[in-house]
Amino acid sequence: MEKEIKELVVISGKGGTGKTSIVGALAAISGEKILVDADVDAADLHLILSPEIVERHDFISGHEAVIVEERCTQCGDCISLCRFDAIDEASFTVNSFNCEGCGVCVHFCPEKAIDFPEKHCGEWYVSNTKYGPMVHARLGIAEENSGKLVSLVRQKGRELAEAQGIDLIITDGPPGVGCPVIAAVGNASALLVVAEPTVSGKHDLKRVLELSNFFNVPAMVCVNKFDLNRKVAIEIEKFCETNNITFIDHIPFNPEFVRAVANGKTVVEADDEDLVQLLKIIWEKISSKLEEFSQKAARAA
Amino acid sequence: MILTIASGKGGTGKTTLATNLAAYLGNRAQLLDCDVEEPNDHLFLDIEWDERETVTTVIPEVDEEKCTRCGECGEICQFKAIAPLEATVLVFPELCHSCGGCFLVCPEDAIDEGTRELGMLEIGHYNTTGFVHGRLRIGEAMAPPLIKKVKEKLDLNKIAILDAPPGTSCPVVNTMIGSDYIVLVTEPTPFGLHDLKLAVGVTEKLGIPAGIVINRYGIGDAGVEQWAEKQNIPVLLKIPFDRKVAEIYAEGKLLVEELPEWSQMMGELLSKIEKHLQN
Repeated sequence: MEKEIKELVVISGKGGTGKTSIVGALAAISGEKILVDADVDAADLHLILSPEIVERHDFISGHEAVIVEERCTQCGDCISLCRFDAIDEASFTVNSFNCEGCGVCVHFCPEKAIDFPEKHCGEWYVSNTKYGPMVHARLGIAEENSGKLVSLVRQKGRELAEAQGIDLIITDGPPGVGCPVIAAVGNASALLVVAEPTVSGKHDLKRVLELSNFFNVPAMVCVNKFDLNRKVAIEIEKFCETNNITFIDHIPFNPEFVRAVANGKTVVEADDEDLVQLLKIIWEKISSKLEEFSQKAARAA
Repeated sequence: MILTIASGKGGTGKTTLATNLAAYLGNRAQLLDCDVEEPNDHLFLDIEWDERETVTTVIPEVDEEKCTRCGECGEICQFKAIAPLEATVLVFPELCHSCGGCFLVCPEDAIDEGTRELGMLEIGHYNTTGFVHGRLRIGEAMAPPLIKKVKEKLDLNKIAILDAPPGTSCPVVNTMIGSDYIVLVTEPTPFGLHDLKLAVGVTEKLGIPAGIVINRYGIGDAGVEQWAEKQNIPVLLKIPFDRKVAEIYAEGKLLVEELPEWSQMMGELLSKIEKHLQN
């Protein structure tokens, strides 16, 4: 029988809680797996996994309106129709930052003076790392469609897992709760939420847990840098207990995290036996919960 | 003046800088938290709320009686938000960008305006500092329309401080557009530097002057400073790493109220920005 693929997506709500460092550590500890960096607009996982790119593809998504000066009679119809204030009234040019790519101006221009070319929004890659294959991407600077690129790298990760008979995917997700995060959590086997024990960390954790609930994807929580504020760290643990959310563990504040990044390595490669031991225990817990969640999902299906 | 605090990488100290700068400026400032996905500024300021409104966007509602299934709406929609089938017309409200195309193109006038909730807009003040933020509804994907609503409340008589979301895509661009100056907060690590380069790329594309604040100075390496010097981007402030600062932040307190040197730092930051803008 074919092995069921399990995908763990690591998110945080708040940025900078240590998601990527923890994904790097889990990459080093876990067995065979595919890695996916789904934080496409500030992708950092490659900085600690030194991937060797084997495939490079363009990410083409959506369209952009372009007014052709020679055909434009400056009638102004496009300006009144555009709901995104994307057309400059003085120069009759499209401001590409504002253009949503809806095509309304293109359709209604009486002179057919607006072109609608496809947009090159970035690139995506398949790479090899010493911990396994990795799918990652680079959204063009100030580009749109990050959600679609997130869906694309996750789908490619899944195809790679199927092709190679690998049953585990670890995905580094984006911060926030909007479009790219929604694209990152849909159909995941489980989420690992990396929280930090600050008032903002707790606030943002609650919002991503609401999101996990909204999309019906089970979540587990791990607190990073717990000793920065033990009181809030305990509150987070209690909150998880009360709400029936799996609480994994507390990770202490440890300068090795920064040092490892500075050396382009995962924190597991640092010389801190206690920390490595703790991370191994954490992976054991995550791994067995992940198994449990996917079995439950398989039964429900 | 409109001043945006942004970063590329999350968790570098945007909220810390935005809230402390606003509190330092008092009645001269207005603070707008544009990180509508995870708004945090209000947690550090004892806000008195004045107004609250639900923000919605327009989506199509098809009158099946009038609809002749001609298919025009499905053709103009670039977002696959409306799909005319033989028996019915499916609308996927969460995919709709509210461009109005389907309303305009429908020859039977069969599409009415429905609404989708984007989130909440909340307005208040902290002592004499004006405050506005948005709160994206959980499950809502599109942050930019709510960010635009927050920015409609800009008070141009004040120094408006906009706290941007992390990243480099549309929510960040929508926050930055129209700013006079952008402060990029980073940390001295390869993650910080990598994302700083992307954020600088956005400010250059938008043509807005920017300077750098290095937070947690001393924890990492010299990469950020060396790069900034080579690019000729001013380092406005270096905030030394101090566990005490992290602990005060963790409790949700303001640094300008706990540590006297922070008021001095905020003053220094502002004068550096003014100097950069004059040159």
